[in-house]
Amino acid sequence: MGRNDSHNPRGLPRRALLKVAAAGAMAGPWAFGRAHDMKDRAARPGEGTVEPGAMHSAAATPSAGGSAGATPAPPVYTFLNVQEVAFLEAAVDTLIPADESGPGALEVGAVLFMDRQLGGEFGRGDRLYLQGPFAEGTPEQGYQLRMTPAELVQAGIADVNAYAQKAYQSRFEALPADTRVTVLAGLEQHNIELPTVPAGQFFEVLLELTQQGFFCDPIYGGNRGKASWKMLGFPGIGGMYADKIAEYRNRPYGTDPVGIEDLL
Amino acid sequence: MSGPARTLKPVDIAIVGLGWAGGIVAKELAATQLKIVAFERGVPRDTAPDFLAPRIHDELRYNIRHELVQNLRKETLTFRNEPAQQALPMRRLGSFLPGDGVGGGGTHWSGLQWRWLEWEHKMYSGTVAKYGRKIIPPDMNLQDWPIDYHELEPYYDRFEKLCGTSGKAGNLNGRRIDGGNIFEAPRKSEYPNPPLTPAHNMLLFEKAARDLGYHPFPTPAANASRAYINPDGVAYGPCHYCGFCTGYGCEVNAKASPHFTVIPLAHNNPNFEVRTRSTVLRVNLDSTRKRATGVTYVDARGRELVQPADLVILSAYVFGNVHLMLCSGIGQPYDFQSNTGVVGRNYAYQSAAGCGALFPRGTHMNPFMGSGALSTWIDDFNGDHQDFTSTGYIGGGGLSTGSNSGAPIGHHPIAPGAPRWGAGWKKAVIDGYQRLSGIAGQGSVMSYRQCYLDLDPTYHDSFGRPLLRMTFDWQENEHRLMENLSGIASGIARAMGAQEVFARRGHRQRYSIAPYQTTHNTGGAVFGDDPGASALNRHLQSWDVSNVFVLGASAFPQNAGRNPTGPVGALSYRLADTLRNVYLKHPGPLVHV
Repeated sequence: MGRNDSHNPRGLPRRALLKVAAAGAMAGPWAFGRAHDMKDRAARPGEGTVEPGAMHSAAATPSAGGSAGATPAPPVYTFLNVQEVAFLEAAVDTLIPADESGPGALEVGAVLFMDRQLGGEFGRGDRLYLQGPFAEGTPEQGYQLRMTPAELVQAGIADVNAYAQKAYQSRFEALPADTRVTVLAGLEQHNIELPTVPAGQFFEVLLELTQQGFFCDPIYGGNRGKASWKMLGFPGIGGMYADKIAEYRNRPYGTDPVGIEDLL
Repeated sequence: MSGPARTLKPVDIAIVGLGWAGGIVAKELAATQLKIVAFERGVPRDTAPDFLAPRIHDELRYNIRHELVQNLRKETLTFRNEPAQQALPMRRLGSFLPGDGVGGGGTHWSGLQWRWLEWEHKMYSGTVAKYGRKIIPPDMNLQDWPIDYHELEPYYDRFEKLCGTSGKAGNLNGRRIDGGNIFEAPRKSEYPNPPLTPAHNMLLFEKAARDLGYHPFPTPAANASRAYINPDGVAYGPCHYCGFCTGYGCEVNAKASPHFTVIPLAHNNPNFEVRTRSTVLRVNLDSTRKRATGVTYVDARGRELVQPADLVILSAYVFGNVHLMLCSGIGQPYDFQSNTGVVGRNYAYQSAAGCGALFPRGTHMNPFMGSGALSTWIDDFNGDHQDFTSTGYIGGGGLSTGSNSGAPIGHHPIAPGAPRWGAGWKKAVIDGYQRLSGIAGQGSVMSYRQCYLDLDPTYHDSFGRPLLRMTFDWQENEHRLMENLSGIASGIARAMGAQEVFARRGHRQRYSIAPYQTTHNTGGAVFGDDPGASALNRHLQSWDVSNVFVLGASAFPQNAGRNPTGPVGALSYRLADTLRNVYLKHPGPLVHV
């Protein structure tokens, strides 16, 4: 397991997390909580690399939106199981990693966002037409699966873990970072055949949900600390610009972003 | 689903669908005090409490999950590119977003509010007069509106004043005015409000277009540029340029919507009633099949009820109108093999063109400052302003750039070639957010024999009715139009100072139902003077069932290179006049052939 470079929930030391993950138990939320308590910030030599800025986490610093506090409580997942959480934490960390520009999707809570979305009406496909008969159709005919988004994601996770086991003798989340990139690219480009779900469609819903969890209003559990909004310079949802749109033409408009909860 | 349908007490008029069209007619007929029932499949909504800030500024809920849009679980349609294919259901929203709930699409639209050009009402005769019949491809069902711009002008005017439209006239009584749209048809009065304040990219576009010899102007916007009280006494707040407009309700009533304008006024009629969460399944006909006796609908509890009515007005979205006609047996369904029949004929959409444009580092577009219709436009290549023999296509399109929203789930553009994910993607998003812009093109779409609507033989909606089936693809004429417009757009983008200009769509791709394009679907229940080529006469009255009128963009024989809501509003006022002044006094067919 020495090659592991696992994901990093809420800016935790990655190596600390791995101790728990490697202990045989799944790296679920409880494991993360305990890992954090260890306060083990030393990366052990030879265990892969920690990307520059990986410690930079929105959650580790008080957010501008007022949800200040040294450390937020660990996320409480209500829908996904521990294996799914572990997979998604590794996946979102690969899709939108932390770097010198700021935290990635993992650190801002994209997996908590996904848990809530997949367990709610979106995940149940409440606004989808899911009556049969079913046929593959052409790409122009769009989504034609029988699965709800939650079913697609859950079956896709199981498929990819089985694929990783076969190809690399490892679960997806325990793969080194560059191998995770290879696997996700293989899904995106339909180079990997999965038994249950179409690889490309699974990848697209994963990417879509990761981006949503990264950019959404923090009321949905993602974009913690409005980190992605700060990164872009998006001032959030409270702006009234009638008297500013001319004044700020081609000029930076710097302001701390505001979310829905800040104005309630 | 339910036992025998219960029959309710008769009413004078049943209106099916309560958006702009149904709302305007209900309001205009309020003084008649007739018993009018409006059926709306969706929920009741009002500015307070439904659209209040900050909760309305929720991108995920409104612009991504589409809270104000039709729920496909209940009703959808099937789609295929050509008649030889098996049509499959639109299972997930994409290409277009029909409204749902009181106010319909009027609550969540952007507010681009046009008067169509003179040629856009007379595409067939206007084209033949210049180029002869031979220019029309054999599969193109090119048809005129049965009325012209001048007959509609007063109604366009009323709709603009209702909406507090912000803009600048370019043709006042034939006098061309620089800074407005000099190509527009003559208008009798100026817009009720001055143009909105342009954003940085719009000023770049304006200057570049002028330098190239084009004629840029502020897009007419139903987003009030200042506080406004319309002729009905309805107050508009000034637009805040908050950037949460398209897809959202407006918390300050700056974006015109029927829910706070015409619909409350319709309630001045004590005999007006709105039944929400009520889906009309069909229009009932008597044994002669020439007269409607009312409608059958399903209420919120699932009860099937019969509402007798003397007059039925279908004012749902394009698909709802055509679907109800087909499900009710009103008019001959269109058969593409023989090019006969009228219901479902001449379905058209809108072609999209344009380009992306990357501006130098240090540019600040501030995309989050804006409104739904805030844009600068050129019509130089729209309508029939180009020579069709030299362009190689019939029709045209408008080109524009605007500042509408910076909400980042929907707006995080990246330069071409940048990775779609990973560390490189993140850098590209940060790099592009302030300096990536683009030019959008909205092109006309002609109508073709092989593009039509009918009933699907396989799939059903949640009420057990066959789904509507759409057969549509881009044809050669529209491919050429999109290519030409995109080339012109690229030239403008370069003149704006873009470092890099790139295509936004693949070359000659087929039409796909999956990505969002526009909610500008047209046709299927076309009006005209020939009962063999139109479902409705010039008064929007069914040729076959004279107490059924069908209102909306379903009546347009082709689509133009601009948004459809302006003429929908104008036709709604005109229909209300027709009913009040003519039909209600002497019910019966208004045109005899």
